[in-house]
Amino acid sequence: MTAVLERASLRHRLAEKGVDRVLWLLVPGAVFVVLLFVYPFLYGLQLSFQPKSGGSPFQNYVTFFSDEYLAETVWITLRLGLPAALFNVLASIPIAFRMRGRFRGKRALTTLLVVPITLGTVLTAEGLLAFFGPTGWFNRIWLALGADEPARLTHNYWGVLFSLIITGFPFAFLLTLSYLSGIDPTLEQAAATLGASKRQRFRTITMPLLAPGLAVTFCLSFVLAFSVFPSAVMVGNPAGETHVMSIAAYETALRDNDFAMGSAIAMLMALVMLIVIGVVLIWRTTLYRGATGGKG
Amino acid sequence: MKARPAVWLTWGALAFFMLNLAGIVGAVVTNSFAESWFGTWLPDGYTGKWYGEAWRDYRLLDVLVVTFQVAIAVVVISVLIGVPTAYALARRNFPGKKLLNVLFLLPILMPPMTYGIPLATVLYKFHLAGSMAGVIAANLVPAVPFVVLTMTPFIEQIDTKIEAAARMCGANTVAIFTRVLAPLLVPGILAASILVLVRTVGMFELTFLTAGPTSQTLVVSLYEAMSSAGIRPQQMVDSMAVIYTGSMLLLLVIALRFVNPTQLVTRLKEPA
Repeated sequence: MTAVLERASLRHRLAEKGVDRVLWLLVPGAVFVVLLFVYPFLYGLQLSFQPKSGGSPFQNYVTFFSDEYLAETVWITLRLGLPAALFNVLASIPIAFRMRGRFRGKRALTTLLVVPITLGTVLTAEGLLAFFGPTGWFNRIWLALGADEPARLTHNYWGVLFSLIITGFPFAFLLTLSYLSGIDPTLEQAAATLGASKRQRFRTITMPLLAPGLAVTFCLSFVLAFSVFPSAVMVGNPAGETHVMSIAAYETALRDNDFAMGSAIAMLMALVMLIVIGVVLIWRTTLYRGATGGKG
Repeated sequence: MKARPAVWLTWGALAFFMLNLAGIVGAVVTNSFAESWFGTWLPDGYTGKWYGEAWRDYRLLDVLVVTFQVAIAVVVISVLIGVPTAYALARRNFPGKKLLNVLFLLPILMPPMTYGIPLATVLYKFHLAGSMAGVIAANLVPAVPFVVLTMTPFIEQIDTKIEAAARMCGANTVAIFTRVLAPLLVPGILAASILVLVRTVGMFELTFLTAGPTSQTLVVSLYEAMSSAGIRPQQMVDSMAVIYTGSMLLLLVIALRFVNPTQLVTRLKEPA
């Protein structure tokens, strides 16, 4: 009798902490994430400390930072990822701002802005090569306008940056627009009745509410831009100017079959990305996070 | 009317961007129909033969079947795993919930390359890489967290009183799930599955790292076709890219019918 009571009370106590049979539903998800994400990640981490050629466990990391060709990839990647993400976020603000509320053709314009998602990296790359190439339409117009020589916009930094903007902008725009539409418009109307000008309303009401959402948008855009791989190969100069970290990681792991070194580069990639995102998210905690809009 | 120049600047910049974008897409589409096109404004002549040749040479039917199989498998499995998880996360507060939330957020926050390479290493170790199962497993890594993240807020907004009422009326757990929750969840599941479908068809890195010759999806074989061009005319790659974009566009149009893209984050009614 007492045993039954104790068992019941234990179940009761657990249920009060939120532990009951519903949690069995978590099992498939938890097993999945451990098996296919945590385990491979930790496996990669320990593999990166077992250099193929033997030696000290940190050999791979030492090699990475002492080899200028590899160490440089960090800056190359950041130099592409940060401006691309920043541009995508900053450019979406004014456009999303004009897209609030209802007007004719809003759905069509939104669709038009989202369509680049469907292009895929290869079509974008082929298009950039053809359009911005030395004999492409862009340079024909450029030369016709009186330029001395065709602008070099492909097979270098600019080509990859354009590709990142084309594929990343729709995404940043959609997120910004949904954050912006989440801000209660009555707040701005209230401010307007109190005599605040358009600029004042934007600076003191919309921006502070939007900023946390923008931080998240920036992070997600940065992740997209940071992992740039196919476009850096196709429209960039993968051996030089756009030798980004993901190319280095791929080449060492699957072309040279040095999985240990490849994992080390992948881990460093994760680290660099986490640092950038961490900085942005720490800055985000200093922002106002109220009940209305901009949450995320 | 001080803000006028800013408005014109915004629309002007947008129009410039759109013009360039149209040029980029137009160049590929034009080339895919071109007899030959070297250094002139427009090609010498037009033909549709490249589509047929690309279809045969790159075995596009096989590739499309593989793409479809992978995408459907990923959608079904990620919904089966993700929805119950999202339900538990939405309804219960338990010790360790924060940790689990972070674990489900990380695969979405991490660039696919960073976990893709260790994952490919592990899959090679278990001889799964190169097979369809390996490709599906790799694509599930971002898909399941995506379903969990989109479904959790969706389930949170379903009133718990409905479930309580059903239980009061004598429904057992199975009945609550199949007859009360499932119908309410269908719109959310549909939206999440379509987004997962679009993401999986477009996912390059993970498929690229784990696919073998017979388990390539359309994106990957497109990339392979482009990087091993040279022997084949450029127009074939371009027509294949147009086929890819066409199918993605179709998927997106379907997706937009079910999901309002501007309400992915917050659901707030616009003032009439």
